[in-house]
Amino acid sequence: MENNQTNTGNATVDIAYRRKKNAEEMRHQVITFTLMIFLTIVAFVAVGAGMSGWFTVPFILLLAAVQVAFQLYYFMHMSHKGHEAPALFLYSGLLVGLITILAFVTIVWW
Amino acid sequence: MSTYAQKKGFGATVWDYLTTVDHKKIAVLYLIAGGFFFVVGGLEAMFIRIQLAVPNSDFVSAGLYNQILTMHGTTMIFLAAMPLLFGFMNAIMPLQIGARDVAFPFINALGFWLFFFGGVFLNLSWFLGGAPDAGWTSYASLSLASEGHGIDFYLLGLQISGAGTLMGGINFLVTIINMRAPGMTYMRMPLFTWTTFVASALILFAFPPLTVGIFLLMFDRLFGSNFFVTAAGGNTIIWEHLFWIFGHPEVYILVLPAFGIFSEIIPVFSRKRLFGYSSMVFATVLIGFLGFMVWAHHMFTVGLGPIANAIFAVATMAIAVPTGIKIFNWLFTMWGGSIKFTTPMHYAVAFIPSFLMGGVTGVMLASAAADYQYHDTYFVVAHFHYVIVGGVVFAILAGTTFYWPKMFGTMLNETLGKITFWLFFIGFHLTFFIQHFLGLWGMPRRIFTFLEGQGLETGNFVSTVGAFFMAAATVVLVINIIITTVKNERVGNDPWGDGRTLEWAIPSPPPFYNFKQLPLVRGLDPLWIEKMEGKKGMTPAEPLGDIHMPNASFIPFVISFGLFVAAFGAMYRLDYGWGLPVLIIGLAITFGSMFLRSVKDDHGFHIHKEELIDEDDNKGVKA
Repeated sequence: MENNQTNTGNATVDIAYRRKKNAEEMRHQVITFTLMIFLTIVAFVAVGAGMSGWFTVPFILLLAAVQVAFQLYYFMHMSHKGHEAPALFLYSGLLVGLITILAFVTIVWW
Repeated sequence: MSTYAQKKGFGATVWDYLTTVDHKKIAVLYLIAGGFFFVVGGLEAMFIRIQLAVPNSDFVSAGLYNQILTMHGTTMIFLAAMPLLFGFMNAIMPLQIGARDVAFPFINALGFWLFFFGGVFLNLSWFLGGAPDAGWTSYASLSLASEGHGIDFYLLGLQISGAGTLMGGINFLVTIINMRAPGMTYMRMPLFTWTTFVASALILFAFPPLTVGIFLLMFDRLFGSNFFVTAAGGNTIIWEHLFWIFGHPEVYILVLPAFGIFSEIIPVFSRKRLFGYSSMVFATVLIGFLGFMVWAHHMFTVGLGPIANAIFAVATMAIAVPTGIKIFNWLFTMWGGSIKFTTPMHYAVAFIPSFLMGGVTGVMLASAAADYQYHDTYFVVAHFHYVIVGGVVFAILAGTTFYWPKMFGTMLNETLGKITFWLFFIGFHLTFFIQHFLGLWGMPRRIFTFLEGQGLETGNFVSTVGAFFMAAATVVLVINIIITTVKNERVGNDPWGDGRTLEWAIPSPPPFYNFKQLPLVRGLDPLWIEKMEGKKGMTPAEPLGDIHMPNASFIPFVISFGLFVAAFGAMYRLDYGWGLPVLIIGLAITFGSMFLRSVKDDHGFHIHKEELIDEDDNKGVKA
């Protein structure tokens, strides 16, 4: 993939570097995966604990946003090189969508 | 047409165009279809002006006037201006970045045919019980009350053609991101490519709100839902928001490529590089960005409240800043240049003050308090015609003249071109300048007639006279095209003599693979750099090799045709028993052909390098 494109001309160094990188990546993925399961459990607990909806709903939405970020950056490799254009369009789309929602919430419905 | 110098029968040529996936031929299709709808929309404009030439006119009835007015706006925006610009984008943008085609040639063809069938469907409403009559904005409170099927034609037709536009936009984005020639960095891309890029991004984000809005309105009208029905708890304002969240970026989708065309023409004929290239790029992106924050300025009088109005007013005025940057950059490009006043340059020079006037009235309209006075008067009509005709139509006419040799290999007549320009320029200002004052004197927009003795007679008559000048200009342009095509005097790579960008480095029209060898780009205005170093053409960036090309396909046509059939079924479902089966058959055609496309492997073909070498020997010209 993108992070494997290093080429020093020395095959042993390249492989060592790649192995190190891959091991690091694997560790990140396992940590993120654990965190995501933990956050999911927290979300269920928040609903099950019977707290006020004014706390639960924004809290779950926050957890969801964190989960999306984990998903994009650790599992879909958006932090790697070569993903600038998709990231740009993702965030632009997000911005346009959020402005629309903000406008609807503030000047149409309330 | 194609570079094989072989004669083809008429039927073979038609079949070639029905199945083509070549971006240059799709461009020609866009220009033909867009040109046709431009004439239709122009005729509608003439009917409007004839009706309003004298008070108490009965040239058309009030109901028919509403239909003509609605179809004029809808046709001109969706079926004329956008496709014509798409034509130029298709024809020129891949050449400017040194690509052999767009990223998805099949989708490119599909986008065209969807637009085409959507446009045909919309216009068939004239013959099938009446056209839509709720204005091009089709506000829900009006359109839900409209009887007959006019609005359904609008909804289904725009849904189909909108899908085509969205595909086209995504295709251009991927092409520009992925298919630039070696050395063509983002900051070396010509301005027309940059504006295509930003306009395509706007399409990507602006068309989904329209799609959603149209779907909701379609459900309300055809399937009994209540999204916009206030009596049943719906909210009619939501349509206005959805429409303008699309509608305002749509204006920039139109005008940014127009800016791009002028940013190509002005440096070529000033024989000087574009002044402030990086600020031009910055301004283009900023206009695209701000374009999404201003939609509610179309709705100041709806009653959004002073805070919302103030925010949108300030955001709107902010757009004047990047636009001003562009205006000054064009002026500074011409300043000190060795200017050649060719026909495209005439349009470019006339565009600057004309568009500027539209911009100034735009800032006037942006002040929310003053807008209560201007809203829904002819002042607004004058404003947006100054922006769209003075900006976009001038650019289309200029682009037609400028790129005609590159697309068809023959030059339009300059004298006739200048006659077209002067007729159009005079007619345009005659028609629309007075409309500012008509608006300030209290003439509401969209009225079908007015009474005597209200001080509106002279202004309206002047306006109608101007419209005839523009019609005459169009006739001269058509004559010019016919004469040029019949004479068919072939031209070389760089017929204007001062081409700066890659498209002028290859034959006119280009061979179907565009570049025999991809060119090496060494800076902004790559061909100009090579010329200044005394070279004849571009340095190749790769050895001569086999070129992989896509196969032609009839499937895009069939997919679009299926949706066209299904639209009739959806519309007549409640009136006739055959509606539902036709809907199902249409969708079956579409999904069946999509399935066929998915299961059938089509690997395209290769042009072998031996053939490329042979062509070199025959012509003695190096691409």
